Amino acid sequence: MTNNASEPMTAATPVRALLSKPWIWAFLAAAITFGATSLIAGSGAGSLFYAALTFASFSAIVGIGQMLVITLGPGNVDLSIPASMTLAATLALKFMDSETAMILPGLLVAIGVGIGCGVINFGLILLLRIPPIIATLSASFLYQSLAIWSNRGLRIKPPEPLAEFATGGALGIPNIAVVGILLAILAWVVLERAIAGRWISAIGQNLRAARLSGVPVNAVRFGVYVNSAVCAALAGFLLASFSGGANLNMGTEYMLMSIAVVVIGGSSIGGGNSNVPGIWGAALFMFLIVSMLNSYGLGAGIRLILTGVVIVGVVALASRKGYDV
Amino acid sequence: MSGDRLRLALPVLSLVVLLGAVFYLQPRAMSYFGLNLLFNLAIPVALATISQMMIIMVNDIDLSIGTFVSFCACVTATFVHDTPVIGYMILAAAILAYALLGALIQLRGLPAIVVTLGMSFVWGGLAVLILPSPGGASPEWLKTLMSLKTPLVPIAVVAPLVIALAVHFLIKRSWVGVILQGVGGNDRAMERAGWSLVRLRASAYGLAGLFGVLAGMSLVGLTTAADANIALRYTLLSIAGVILGGGEFVGGRISPFGAVIGALTLTLAASFLSFLRLSPDWQIGAQGAILILVLAVRLVFIRKGAVA
Repeated sequence: MTNNASEPMTAATPVRALLSKPWIWAFLAAAITFGATSLIAGSGAGSLFYAALTFASFSAIVGIGQMLVITLGPGNVDLSIPASMTLAATLALKFMDSETAMILPGLLVAIGVGIGCGVINFGLILLLRIPPIIATLSASFLYQSLAIWSNRGLRIKPPEPLAEFATGGALGIPNIAVVGILLAILAWVVLERAIAGRWISAIGQNLRAARLSGVPVNAVRFGVYVNSAVCAALAGFLLASFSGGANLNMGTEYMLMSIAVVVIGGSSIGGGNSNVPGIWGAALFMFLIVSMLNSYGLGAGIRLILTGVVIVGVVALASRKGYDV
Repeated sequence: MSGDRLRLALPVLSLVVLLGAVFYLQPRAMSYFGLNLLFNLAIPVALATISQMMIIMVNDIDLSIGTFVSFCACVTATFVHDTPVIGYMILAAAILAYALLGALIQLRGLPAIVVTLGMSFVWGGLAVLILPSPGGASPEWLKTLMSLKTPLVPIAVVAPLVIALAVHFLIKRSWVGVILQGVGGNDRAMERAGWSLVRLRASAYGLAGLFGVLAGMSLVGLTTAADANIALRYTLLSIAGVILGGGEFVGGRISPFGAVIGALTLTLAASFLSFLRLSPDWQIGAQGAILILVLAVRLVFIRKGAVA
């Protein structure tokens, strides 16, 4: 399963070209689990596909933010994603107070919270020179406290039209998935076709070289960390609208999810090389593997163990030697 | 002051300042019994932090230590209590699994952060299988050991320092430790010098597994029961403890004494916040703030150190 770059181009039939893409494995794995699940699931393949698209969207949105952070190079990771999600969702839903007229301002509040979290995260990294892992981690404690304090155990419902949008869909595609796919396309364009994307990869490949060649390193890093927090805030906003309200541990599973989709999706954990389509493949796979284990009727313990074994297995098989973290 | 000493000065200072603040707020804590309460869970936290330190020493990071300690606690409270031989065999197998993970990470060039994240599911799942609901019981000898009455200073303070001393000799004073730190410093140089990186990384992970097991066992000795989520916080606590204690994420720069003192500081921070009568809403946030504050002070220290 190695990605053989030295292969002569003449042999590149379409299939071969496809197989050489690092993201194809995530989609293949998702397709296999989808097949295995729909064979035994009673509910039919259509509803499984719909559910997979919906839940994968949340992972994909936070995954895109996390991917850009990880692309910045070793040591860069955003551990504040769950807390940013929760805080943004809590404050936005409180602000909207189930009023239809407040949907747009509420969305702006969520995005504003995301920007705020991102600015604090990067402020700690730049000004206090705290390693990103610790900076985002300790900042996330603050966000979490803020969310607990403002939430007070209340569960405020999202405005009716927003809830309808979040749970609805058209032509068999959930609305949330449309948002997730649009964001992925945007991320792909920025990464592959815009100078900002080149800068991000350049920093991840060699920070010193990037700085010497005139890349505005700190501005780019600032943008990436803010973007990650905004993605998290948006995912939190959508998740809360989808599930009928914010709660304090709504973000917990996205800590692992955001990192797992980046790595399973074929981006290099050592930075410098990112992969947008893989995020979606991996997000679908991560949802499908859990629903597959569910539909085989396995208990929580076995399900957890198998999920872990699959993650480690996929990473071990798909690894390419040549980075060090 | 030499680099290592300077590195240790800040963690010691923050512990002393925090301890002073606690004594000021609650003078009655200044007693044998009070200290024991303040540092109640210091032993398992210190052991988990040492475990994390072994991983950080070889430039990796372990996001599964919390679930691993929970798993070990569940094994201790069930198998080790009921059928000791099988219990100890399971714990030995867990250490072996850690060593094998280290070897796998080196062989395939895997990102440790993802592998350990995946493993956290495995350990969590195993813990749920062993102990679906909180329960179990501590082996008698473990309970006795953990409630030992040491003279003058309670065991909750003595034991972490003894642990730090032992690890200090292992890591800083023995050839094994020097070579393992070398893996974090420059693994390619170690390889050229004829060392097998696979074996070295496996050893570092094996040591981490050993201290994780000890953390789980001591935790059961203190709480006399276990549940599958008993130590989930330890993942974050242990990373914070290592960094607070002057460790760095890269370069094999770690300090056993620093890590243990960092762990003690974090344990104390929790007690300090409850003495402040801070609303529970803000306790987590205040812990984050303390962490940021200490790291900010460290920045000033390092700058001064660079000038001197």
